[in-house]
Amino acid sequence: MTRKSDSSLTDDLLRPVFETSTKFYVTAAVLAVIVAAGFGTWFYQIYWGMGVTGDNWPVFWGLHETNFVFWIGISHAGTLISAILRIVNATWRRPVTRCAEVITAFALMIGAMFPLVHLGRPWLAWWLIPYPSERLLWPNYRSPLVWDFFAINTYLLSSLLFLALPAIPDFALIRDRTTGWRNWLYGKLSLGWQGTPRQWHRLESAMHMMALAIIPIAISVHTIVSFDFSMAVVPMWHSTIFGPYFVVGAIFSGIAALNIVMAIVRRMLHLEKYLQPIHFRNLGKLMLAMSLLWGYFVFNERLVTWYGNTPHEMAALWSTQLGRYSPMFWTMIFCNFILPFPLLTIRKLRSITATVIASCGVVIGMWLERFLIIVPSLSYKGTSYSWGTYLPRWPEIVIFGASFAAMALLYLLFSKFIPIISIWEMKVGEHSNIKVAAQVQESEAAGELV
Amino acid sequence: MTSMYGLFSTPELAQQAVDGLRAAGVPEGEITIQSSEPMEEYEFGSRDRETLMPWNAVLGGAIGMAAGYFLTSVTQKSWPMVTGGMPIVTNWTNLIIIFELTMLGAVFASVITLLYSARLPGRLPKFYDAEISNGKILVGVASPREMEKVEHALRASSGGVRKLELLS
Repeated sequence: MTRKSDSSLTDDLLRPVFETSTKFYVTAAVLAVIVAAGFGTWFYQIYWGMGVTGDNWPVFWGLHETNFVFWIGISHAGTLISAILRIVNATWRRPVTRCAEVITAFALMIGAMFPLVHLGRPWLAWWLIPYPSERLLWPNYRSPLVWDFFAINTYLLSSLLFLALPAIPDFALIRDRTTGWRNWLYGKLSLGWQGTPRQWHRLESAMHMMALAIIPIAISVHTIVSFDFSMAVVPMWHSTIFGPYFVVGAIFSGIAALNIVMAIVRRMLHLEKYLQPIHFRNLGKLMLAMSLLWGYFVFNERLVTWYGNTPHEMAALWSTQLGRYSPMFWTMIFCNFILPFPLLTIRKLRSITATVIASCGVVIGMWLERFLIIVPSLSYKGTSYSWGTYLPRWPEIVIFGASFAAMALLYLLFSKFIPIISIWEMKVGEHSNIKVAAQVQESEAAGELV
Repeated sequence: MTSMYGLFSTPELAQQAVDGLRAAGVPEGEITIQSSEPMEEYEFGSRDRETLMPWNAVLGGAIGMAAGYFLTSVTQKSWPMVTGGMPIVTNWTNLIIIFELTMLGAVFASVITLLYSARLPGRLPKFYDAEISNGKILVGVASPREMEKVEHALRASSGGVRKLELLS
């Protein structure tokens, strides 16, 4: 076994941490300005009240809730996919896992901000936290919003630990290659990691145990987000398939986001050697499977509603099929189903660019899906005298745009301080490949393979 | 106190060194191995495999489950609040909180077991060489009883043997 490649692999993956280009500062500054604009707009909304948004009777859930569900869905890509790939020991996962786990951590943080943004009086958010209240009231455990609090925080804490633990050996690598404040900082972050067999084994055991726990947690999170809707007797919300429908949609949009992020990271950090076409191809196959499943759920949901023929449900249904919201609905079908299908199935079309185009379509389509679940149902709730419309206003649109900038900024800063690909896991993968190649060579020499 | 270690460029050489040290009569517990990646395909990398982590995770899950049960049902009884005609203790909805806390308990127990059994956080020992981060594997003995035998075993494996003075 040769270990000559170790040094170049480490150098390649640590380069973004040690070298900072002007492009980095410019990009970070632009993104920071957009994020600051988002925060400024939020303060404007707090000062003037929720009246500055498009939320009005009967649609009190608009863009902020759409963004909440959208970002929680995006967060599904990372830790869940990483956990599944770890458990099935998929060797191609190694360069992908950390890229994915970072998406989860930041998308959850951004997603969890939106209920606060929508509260109007965000300083009262702590009423959701279980504590022995002086008001002699405990938070209502029957409320889906309290379930959200527990589910999102469980997933966030688990995901942060799942991201941080395998980073410890990489922090130790940086510690050993730096001096001054960086040596001090990474020394603290590496917790005195030495790399003894006991430490390696415990780390891998912990990752395995956490992967087993995180899969049901991830599924529960988006199921519980779906309960925010399905527990209410609102047209097209009160549905038993909402749980799995939301989970599939979340994984679908999550994989799409992962593809886009991987393509950007690959280009910007010059990681073409590590994030290879096979990673996009495999994730593309997974995304295709999710597209089919998603299509199945959409058909199922709409067929049952149409067959039931309840007047108020039909009003909401027709508004999306042929009415006011139909352009969005058919764009969603195009983006989530019609566009990815040829790009991901026809062999000649399959490429990184095609996968990224399909992924961009899916991200747009899934955002539209979240909007179409929330707004039309509220627009056509109850009897026709209570029907209404919703149009987002500029504060919601600015905050929506700023959430994307926040995601990009956080990702950019993360990749500056922590290798975006787990170095030690890549080394293990390289050695396994070399070992397999050596075994094949030995078998060929012995005449076992013809 | 004098300690001695060798830095090896391949796991095969590190394995030879470990075998040599054992043959020289160095007790297993006194042999230190450090690397920048897991070496579980090799015998020396498979030491200390026994762990109670799965059981601790189950225990953590059970504690989380109990905490979830008490948090929901006991407090619902203590501060009764009628919501939507549902019973005071709503087991169906409480199951969601109980499930989340069970999983959180299992995750925390795994992390605590990792930190405790891998002795993290800890101070970096003086018996450490930054060359490990360049892919070298360290095999050594802290304060060996028979210095010559240890040096011979490490040199036999073509390692760059280094002597290290450690403060007691």
